[in-house]
Amino acid sequence: MVQVTIWGSLARFTDDAREVEVEAENLRQLLDGLAQKYPGLKPQLDRGVSVSIDGKVYNDSWFQPIQPDSEVVLLARLKGG
Amino acid sequence: MALDSKQVLDTQQFKIVGTRPLRPDGIDKVTGKARFGADITAPGMLIGKVLRSPHAHARIKSIDTSAAEAIEGVHAVVTRADFAEITDDDATADVLDNCMAGEKALYDGHAVAAVAASSGHIAKKALKAIKIDYEVLDHVTDVDRAIADGAPVLHEGRADESVPEGSSPNIMARYEFGHGDIDAGLAQADQVIERSYRTEATHQGYIEPHACLAQMSQDGQADLWCCTQGHYMVRNTCAAILGLDQGQLRVTASEIGGGFGGKTTVFLEPVALMLAKKSSRPVKMVMTRSEVLRATGPTASSSVDIRIGMTKDGRITAGFAELRYQGGAYPGSPVEMGSMSAFAPYDLENVKTVGWDVVTNRPKQAAYRAPGAPMAAFAVESAIDELAKGLGLDPLEVRLKNAAREGTKASYGPTYPAIGLEATLRTAKDHPHWTAPLGPNQGRGVACGFWFNFGGDTCVTLNITPDGTVTVSEGNPDIGGSRASMSMMAAEELGIPYNKVRTIVADTGSLGQNEVTDGSRVTFAVGLATIEAARAAKREMCRRVAKVWGIDEDAVEWRDGAVHPTGHNAGSHDPMTLAEIAAIASNTGGPIAGHHEANPEGAGVSFATHMVDTEVDPDTGAVKILRYTVFQDAGKAVHPAYVEGQFQGGATQGIGWALNEEYIYGEDGTLQNAGFLDYRIPVASDLPMIDTVILEIPNPGHPYGVRGVGETSIVPPLAAIANAVSEAAGVRMTDLPMSPPKVLKAMQDK
Repeated sequence: MVQVTIWGSLARFTDDAREVEVEAENLRQLLDGLAQKYPGLKPQLDRGVSVSIDGKVYNDSWFQPIQPDSEVVLLARLKGG
Repeated sequence: MALDSKQVLDTQQFKIVGTRPLRPDGIDKVTGKARFGADITAPGMLIGKVLRSPHAHARIKSIDTSAAEAIEGVHAVVTRADFAEITDDDATADVLDNCMAGEKALYDGHAVAAVAASSGHIAKKALKAIKIDYEVLDHVTDVDRAIADGAPVLHEGRADESVPEGSSPNIMARYEFGHGDIDAGLAQADQVIERSYRTEATHQGYIEPHACLAQMSQDGQADLWCCTQGHYMVRNTCAAILGLDQGQLRVTASEIGGGFGGKTTVFLEPVALMLAKKSSRPVKMVMTRSEVLRATGPTASSSVDIRIGMTKDGRITAGFAELRYQGGAYPGSPVEMGSMSAFAPYDLENVKTVGWDVVTNRPKQAAYRAPGAPMAAFAVESAIDELAKGLGLDPLEVRLKNAAREGTKASYGPTYPAIGLEATLRTAKDHPHWTAPLGPNQGRGVACGFWFNFGGDTCVTLNITPDGTVTVSEGNPDIGGSRASMSMMAAEELGIPYNKVRTIVADTGSLGQNEVTDGSRVTFAVGLATIEAARAAKREMCRRVAKVWGIDEDAVEWRDGAVHPTGHNAGSHDPMTLAEIAAIASNTGGPIAGHHEANPEGAGVSFATHMVDTEVDPDTGAVKILRYTVFQDAGKAVHPAYVEGQFQGGATQGIGWALNEEYIYGEDGTLQNAGFLDYRIPVASDLPMIDTVILEIPNPGHPYGVRGVGETSIVPPLAAIANAVSEAAGVRMTDLPMSPPKVLKAMQDK
């Protein structure tokens, strides 16, 4: 199981939990697992998020490995100029 | 002074990276030979013009184009009715609606029709002949008024699921970040500050207006030339809007006269393609400066409330910010980025930000260098400065005491790896600028800033030519020196001189998908791909030479621009240089190239500290920038002159944002200053030479340690200048821009 920190305004879709757990070994499984376990997150996940895994930010790389003890933080999708 | 003062913490030895060769685009640009968007022509070309709404908010009851179509020389007229509706992608549907209004005109300058004619004169005449029946609606252009009870509503039912029920219908999204307990943290403070801050919308102010040339044949193949920060984005967006296959639309990026984020979307391009389709002729469109200001994206304006607590010795016990950004007439202001970055420089146990994305009757905002971060930093860094000075503390020491370091849990969630904020603060503290004397009516300000940086889809092809020179094809328009940087990294990797490598920006038919030139990503991601492409070419050259020498591939190595035998069993062979290998490529297996296609992620975050001295004229309120120094972590400065340019450019745009630039709307909701005479950006005579200090804390996610540098430098200036002006004027300035009348009034009212 991977522990995921979500941002505050998403907590209304996770029974007010800021830390949730999903079964995932990579980014794709993480995002799919979150959507399945917490359907209220799906609209935001579909619009796009970024994910910090052990301090590095990933946007799209489905097969980025995640270790059980990785620090995983859901971020608003990064934008740039 | 950058090179003299930089700290090189990396142990990697470079021969070319870190030097300052001449830029490859310099001669063409200073001699007028560079081909920008408006320089592109085609035989039989028509001129396209856009009719724009004179109303801030109006329902379009009908459009009659018959009189315009009857004018001799008019070949096509386009309205929204010519475009298929997009029902499966709200973001692209909004882009289409912004390019050509549908049911409503949502801001002054919103495109409502377009004409292609045999001359610009005829096109203008045709625009006047188009009859539009508007139902003028109430409008709102201010972010706080837009969410007040009774405000005119732009869209019904567009709020996403994050917005609490009962909120203003002009709120599109809500974001909340942070950790800890704000009330408990504030209770531990010796002093708590509560302030409100406002910033106005500012435009990216690129010198080159938007321009494009489109042509489309009857079989659906289309070509587009345009000035953009991302021609692959242009291709994909236009294909979606026009219903084209992406592979049938080839987009070529022209030389670009500035972008700063504002050219990361489309405005004219889908319209030009539709006019070309209807007329069966090439169509060229060029915006006027007025159109650029009225109808392309400035940044968001903001209204931010802050609460910060601090102990007597300068420890921040809690930080709270509520941020309201208006992003124009469509969802998508960068308030989530402001909310994530507001307190990012600090190690805080209790921190919370709440962001509200608000729509108003203004043009759809576009990205602007570190979108959303400068306004948030203005509020937080101003409040910290006021707290520190109120407690009699050194504002730099307070920042050092609270600075985020490796292992800090960032305010937006993750734990930082090695970062460079502390290094920028210590370097600033030791710099002679910090202790230089100030005169009457002068003040000094400091502020910190943060930006994320990212990677994204990237393709590079590196070709070895028969004479041993090298061409690198990248898919990102060069807005900050990327052609020089890619050539340098390729030359470094291959061990050949810089002038033996030429980098070009290839069209969309030549490479795979490339993310837009944004997010300070290019030197990081395209640089990484260039290095990997060079390494692939080296592997192939080693393989060829091993075959020539009749030895195993592992008995050769690449060193100093040549293949050498290595190991006891390699035998004696004279090294073969890249040029020698290239000359026999046809005999050894054909042309030699290296490719790299990837989505490099893991870009390193970046921090900066800015220091500025200002003088305020007590009679007029005019502010003069006396001295300005930028301290920023670049990871590794590939071409230090370009890095300094990025630092200086960010500071300069921040100076404009802080002191003069603003979108001014009249009571009727129309823009009052749509020109550079009235929208005042800084010019050379307004500025001192901006000093730069490059710090190099390598990014472990890049082979050479590169971090992005293009955006962080616009984050601290707003607050640094406000802190300096507040000290000089003797009154805290909380509204930007700090134009002379505003500063004078503040001094008179104090």
